[in-house]
Amino acid sequence: MKTVLTGAEAVAHGAKVCQPQVVAAYPITPQTHIIEKLAEYVAKGELEAKYIRVESEMSALAVVAGAVAQGVRAFTATSSQGLLFMHEMMHWTAGGRLPVVMAIANRAVGAPWNIWCDQQDMLSQRDTGWMQVFASSAQEAMDLIVMAFRVAERVFLPAMVGLDGFVLSHTAEPVELIEPQDVEAFLPPMDFPLRLSHHDPFTLWPILEPGLYHRERKDLFKDHSRALEGWLKAFKEWGKVAGRAYAPIEGYRLDDATVAFLASGALVGTVRYAVELLREEGEKVGLATLRLFRPFPYDHLREALAHLERVLVLDRALSYGAEGIFSQEVRSALGGLCPVQCCVVAMGGRDVTPQGIGDLYYRSALVPEGVVLWS
Amino acid sequence: MELKYPSVEHMEPGHLGCAGCGAALAMRLALKAMDEKTRVVIPASCWSIIAGRHPDAALKLPLVHTPFAVAPSVATGIRAALDRLGQRDVTVMVWAGDGSSYDIGFGALSAAAERNEDLIYVCYDNEAYMNTGVQRSSATPPGAWTTTTPNLKREAKKDILTALVDHGISYAATASPSYPQDMISKFGRAKETLGFRFILVLSPCPTGWRMEEGKTVEVGRMAVESGVFPLLEVVDGRWSVTHEPSWSPVEEYLEIQGRFAGMGEGEKAFFKEWLRERWELIRARVKQGLPS
Repeated sequence: MKTVLTGAEAVAHGAKVCQPQVVAAYPITPQTHIIEKLAEYVAKGELEAKYIRVESEMSALAVVAGAVAQGVRAFTATSSQGLLFMHEMMHWTAGGRLPVVMAIANRAVGAPWNIWCDQQDMLSQRDTGWMQVFASSAQEAMDLIVMAFRVAERVFLPAMVGLDGFVLSHTAEPVELIEPQDVEAFLPPMDFPLRLSHHDPFTLWPILEPGLYHRERKDLFKDHSRALEGWLKAFKEWGKVAGRAYAPIEGYRLDDATVAFLASGALVGTVRYAVELLREEGEKVGLATLRLFRPFPYDHLREALAHLERVLVLDRALSYGAEGIFSQEVRSALGGLCPVQCCVVAMGGRDVTPQGIGDLYYRSALVPEGVVLWS
Repeated sequence: MELKYPSVEHMEPGHLGCAGCGAALAMRLALKAMDEKTRVVIPASCWSIIAGRHPDAALKLPLVHTPFAVAPSVATGIRAALDRLGQRDVTVMVWAGDGSSYDIGFGALSAAAERNEDLIYVCYDNEAYMNTGVQRSSATPPGAWTTTTPNLKREAKKDILTALVDHGISYAATASPSYPQDMISKFGRAKETLGFRFILVLSPCPTGWRMEEGKTVEVGRMAVESGVFPLLEVVDGRWSVTHEPSWSPVEEYLEIQGRFAGMGEGEKAFFKEWLRERWELIRARVKQGLPS
């Protein structure tokens, strides 16, 4: 059934379909509509879950981590400062191998104060051991929540799904609804083998001596790389379940392209239009959408881009003193096979137009690789 | 006197506490009131160490170490999951130090109390950040030396019990491992009560209090008999003193501990004034007379 939903509502619906037993909620703009909708589902009996209104984001993640440790599926959502406040607990969630799923309404971080969209919040959490995927539409946000639960529960790693604050979270779009019966086989009830039990008592989050700690970190690292397989399978099977195909890197007009943009989130809609305008001007341009950021799809990225003359990475998160975070990652993945140009666009919700993207394209031809271009 | 308390032991020999650790003794006694269907949730504190290093464990119960500030929140999640799974007979007990309870985790503690989560929250109070080597917390008493108060602490000790009681929780108590029967019976009552339960345990620390390792029980008794640490119970808001102090001299309690060695007459007068005000509040709440 097709209906019109905001991105926030689509995320809440996606979470409801997964039937989490525990939901922890702490409000922050622009995530609020997600947790409000979930509160409504629980109040109406559409979702049978314990809904816990906590006093901070750090506690929101601690509650869902505790619930998963006891063996039930759990969900929360946050944004920006709230995600930063969770930082310590994020390492613990991944280190405890707890398959928590969390939605992030991507928003700039202070200071200066800014509630609008960029990806600095999520990409600042790159090294916490969480899997990260980005949605480009409300539909994708809904689908990715279900897929995130499936992959997380099979590889015992937490996952976050990013959707652009306001641009997706507050904008209504047509969405094909999924229902619990659609995902029964795709996402069976969680069976977490490491759950706390007095029949077989163990210590969660114990102290490990250096040798064991080192080995534990190695396991976490290796399992992250293996999780890529989990995503590929989930993307493929989701195509059968919902008729919508996904991939770690999704190409648009790349076949005959010599130059490509790389973008993620709702920005890809604008870039697609820019590609059309540039094509009309005779430029052989395409677009690669970065869907899966952690684990990083090195091979898929190389396959899509290594043969090109130039890749323009549209960054909405920075590593100060270096360059855009996506640019760093793409440059490292391409290993000199193709020049990479960092273009910083739309920090803190700054408007970005197809014409502005086209302008970056022409400017990038005039500067050497390594010069950071700003929109 | 014959001591009558349960022979059940959920704690193994071989913990990693310092010699004479009051917190280790307190855990052993507290668990005598618990059954094996108990989850113990411990934020960063001395007990992160005392519980042992993987694969060793001092407790025979499921144990969860948590970040410093969120033990009551992790416990809330475990409780919620147990409730959803229909395991109402499992008890979730937070076991936190004063640094976590009074300071960094106070927000999460207050929130769990306000939500009336079905948890037992125990603060084992050794009156400073002992695990990091004796730094002042807001539980440190006035006049005490710590490494961050080389010129002694000037402020009163935060009254966390009253703060928690004023959240309207169903059960609150103080307990001392020097009074095992009183302590075990309070944990037993807490176990049988629904909703948020708070127990403050004074946990003498020979390392940080600068006293002999063999004096833990004796100093704990001095704390109670001098009135420095009142043994209280607050059930549904009704206060009672479960053990009337004999009003032994406060000086005896102060002088046996090296941490109070720097106190002059002024500090002693401040300490006694703080103690008097504390008892005025207690007597007002139990509606009984003031100490002489």
